[in-house]
Amino acid sequence: MTINRRQFVKRGAAAGAGLMIGVRLTGPLAWAQESDAGAKKPAPNPFIAYVNVRPDGHISLIVAKSEMGQGIKTGLAMILAEEAEVDFNAVSVQQADTRPDLYAHLGTGGSGSTMENFTPLRRAGATVRELMITAAASRWNVPSAECHAKQGTVVHLKSSRKATYGELVDAASKLPLPDQEKVHLKNASDFKLIGHATPRVDVPSKVNGSAQFGIDVRVPEMLFAMVARCPTFGGKPSHFNAEKAKAVSGVHDVFEIPALPGDKFTAGGIAVVADSTWAAMKGREALEITWDHGTAASESSDGMREALRTAASTPGKRVRNDGDVDAVLSNGARKVEALYELPLLAHATMEPMNITVHARGNDAEVWAPTQSPDWVQGTVAQVLGLKPEKVIVHTTLMGGGFGRRYMADFPAEAAQIAKVAGKPVQLVWSREDDMTHDFYRPASCHGMRGAVDANGHPTAWVHTLASTSIRGYWDPKASPESQEVGGAKEMPYAIPNVRLEFNPVASAVPRAWWRSVENSFNGFAVESFIDELAAAAGKDPVEFRKNLLVKSANWKPKSEDDPDPARLRAVLELAAAKAGWGKPLPKGRGRGVAAFASFGSYFAEVAEVTVKGGEFKVDRIVAAVDCGQIVNPESVRSQTEGAIIYGLSAALKNEITIKNGAVEQTNFDGYDPIRINEAPEIEVYLVSSQEDPGGMGEPGLPPLAPAVANAIFAATGQRLRKLPFQLKA
Amino acid sequence: MSAIHLIVNNRPHDLEIAPDTPLLWVLRDKLNLTGTKYGCGMGLCGACTVHLDGEAVRACQTPVSTVGAKKITTIEGLSQDNTHPVQQAWIAEQVPQCGYCQPGQIMSAAALLAKTPKPSDDQIETAMVGNLCRCGMYQRIRRAIHRAASTAGKGA
Repeated sequence: MTINRRQFVKRGAAAGAGLMIGVRLTGPLAWAQESDAGAKKPAPNPFIAYVNVRPDGHISLIVAKSEMGQGIKTGLAMILAEEAEVDFNAVSVQQADTRPDLYAHLGTGGSGSTMENFTPLRRAGATVRELMITAAASRWNVPSAECHAKQGTVVHLKSSRKATYGELVDAASKLPLPDQEKVHLKNASDFKLIGHATPRVDVPSKVNGSAQFGIDVRVPEMLFAMVARCPTFGGKPSHFNAEKAKAVSGVHDVFEIPALPGDKFTAGGIAVVADSTWAAMKGREALEITWDHGTAASESSDGMREALRTAASTPGKRVRNDGDVDAVLSNGARKVEALYELPLLAHATMEPMNITVHARGNDAEVWAPTQSPDWVQGTVAQVLGLKPEKVIVHTTLMGGGFGRRYMADFPAEAAQIAKVAGKPVQLVWSREDDMTHDFYRPASCHGMRGAVDANGHPTAWVHTLASTSIRGYWDPKASPESQEVGGAKEMPYAIPNVRLEFNPVASAVPRAWWRSVENSFNGFAVESFIDELAAAAGKDPVEFRKNLLVKSANWKPKSEDDPDPARLRAVLELAAAKAGWGKPLPKGRGRGVAAFASFGSYFAEVAEVTVKGGEFKVDRIVAAVDCGQIVNPESVRSQTEGAIIYGLSAALKNEITIKNGAVEQTNFDGYDPIRINEAPEIEVYLVSSQEDPGGMGEPGLPPLAPAVANAIFAATGQRLRKLPFQLKA
Repeated sequence: MSAIHLIVNNRPHDLEIAPDTPLLWVLRDKLNLTGTKYGCGMGLCGACTVHLDGEAVRACQTPVSTVGAKKITTIEGLSQDNTHPVQQAWIAEQVPQCGYCQPGQIMSAAALLAKTPKPSDDQIETAMVGNLCRCGMYQRIRRAIHRAASTAGKGA
């Protein structure tokens, strides 16, 4: 359990591991075994992955990125295989276990896996290729320049000699490493894999039931557990009677676990341990518990909405202040005002939260469907009183993440239970647990004010953002706006006077990152309000936006999140062209557009809706995507479709409401996502680009809701400013 | 506890089990057939869809005592080697993302196609409306069902 980096590599070498290279984000590549030479104190480990070329020529990429359906295992293998000059099938990706001594950046989130790994993995692949060529050239005593690599084989054309990577790996592993900055990377025009649709490696196991998700983990002698938690946030059991629960056949034990503060945020409650999931469920049902509902028992959505409205109408902390909005808004220009409201949202992954923990006294083993295995490791270790290195976390496939599986609450609960149970325990959350004890997307309200001059040019933009902020929940001392203002602060339109201000609203409801985080609400406010300004100016919504997406000759991003207006404009034009923007539609139908950049990628979406009486249907979404250099177009399309449907559920149907301090929705009846009969046709158009890759998991979502709202406005003249949308008949 | 006899994927099983136990948990926890998924426990999401004598049912809403002599088919019994036309179509259209709902989707689609070899879009929607996909792969599901309908019975 406590192998250090040196031993890890030595052990590998003893087993005839071939060539092993550590891949780091920046700085020189290194032989893995050289990395800790002379290191006295374990410094933060620089490696994000290891590349192992085996004596049979097969390449393993060992990386701690979680697969939650985004196709990352396929994409990373493509990048490595491309530069290594091997067939895609010659690379397999192994899920690394938690070894912070071996792997840095174990988390999977922020749409970052491709962005982070693209260049380092290209360099690692190119290193493999160059080492193999050098080894072959040396063996044949010919210049390296006369050799080339193709499909895992080095070829010397002049002498018709060939050697496979497997034949060369021993010699290659004894060569000095080339400088990472100097390895030759292929020209994009020579790419055979990157940019070419490649079937995902995880798909076959997902159509025959063999894919193993967290909830499918089966360990000898394992038990199953469920926890009864107080429905009210912050509440706890004041008294419980376990007699009837213990009488349920299959129930082994019933005990209380305390709530854990800090970054775990568990509710605490009564744990029921049984020999099957069903027995644990039945046992939990049979518990008699009196709850102390705590101090948040009076919280309600009505109160939250009022507080948000007030906060969005009150000057707040200035986050951006260009020019002088007050002067423009007081001088009699044509003013536009709007208030947008977005509710709390649950992630509602298809696989409810679950985790399996085996606490063995001196160490522990964990099987976790998690986006943050290192956080799971630290949390479980802390609860069990172990050092982190005594806990190993195996990351399983997960049935959706969307940010929910970044949290360490369910791992902490499972560790508390496993400590008592003494056997491996799988903690399973029911759908009701999952829905009522999530970390929700913050609720927000956006007070928007703008002005348009006599020529139809917008002259002022004020965005007063109020939200039940994420940081406000996690750390009352932190700046509450730090994870709330993204996408509003970078409002990309060239308006001379712009102000963004923020007011936090307190709540006991747990909040955290939901697919696209604050971009999900700021995208709605920004792209709805620019549409309102266009209407006030009497301009076409596409033309109006295009004219404000100006990239001056001396344009520079103000921050790394600042979008390039030219790229945003290009996707806007592409989506409009593909959607037939401007072509007349029959009465009762409407077309709306939104364009938004986040996570380094640029999206424009055009929605087409049909309105009939008080009902409407979204018929078609046309999306244009610029995510920089595309790795797997198949995954880019799939993620775009997924983000659109996820966003549509939020736009049309889903809302978490609070009554008496508890969530009112408990299952897919009260929180019903989009179903197949409501799913529009989606067309995805990709921009060919060699810019650095952007993220793809999240940025397709923010433009969806405003595009639909703007389409409904086009069809009916009604502005829908509150999610989920409700049309007036 | 009752003695229950089940035929799952053409194999007989004799179990001693509480008769109200949903078939879902018998499959998952007793028979180790974890391809059938728990999603909601209320028949709202379709992740637990299996066949009883070829009919798509929600295993979470099926007490094991009510199965009787009906033959149970789970995703593992559809075909292990992905040769079923629905599985083939699912691969060709690259339907799954996270994949958690897909056993249920596939079992619903296979039951539909067994009865309605050339379903219309409306028939597909009616048969599949009970199967949620949080990754939003509905367009691919629709296409894959049409693909399976057009390829089924053509050799293979």
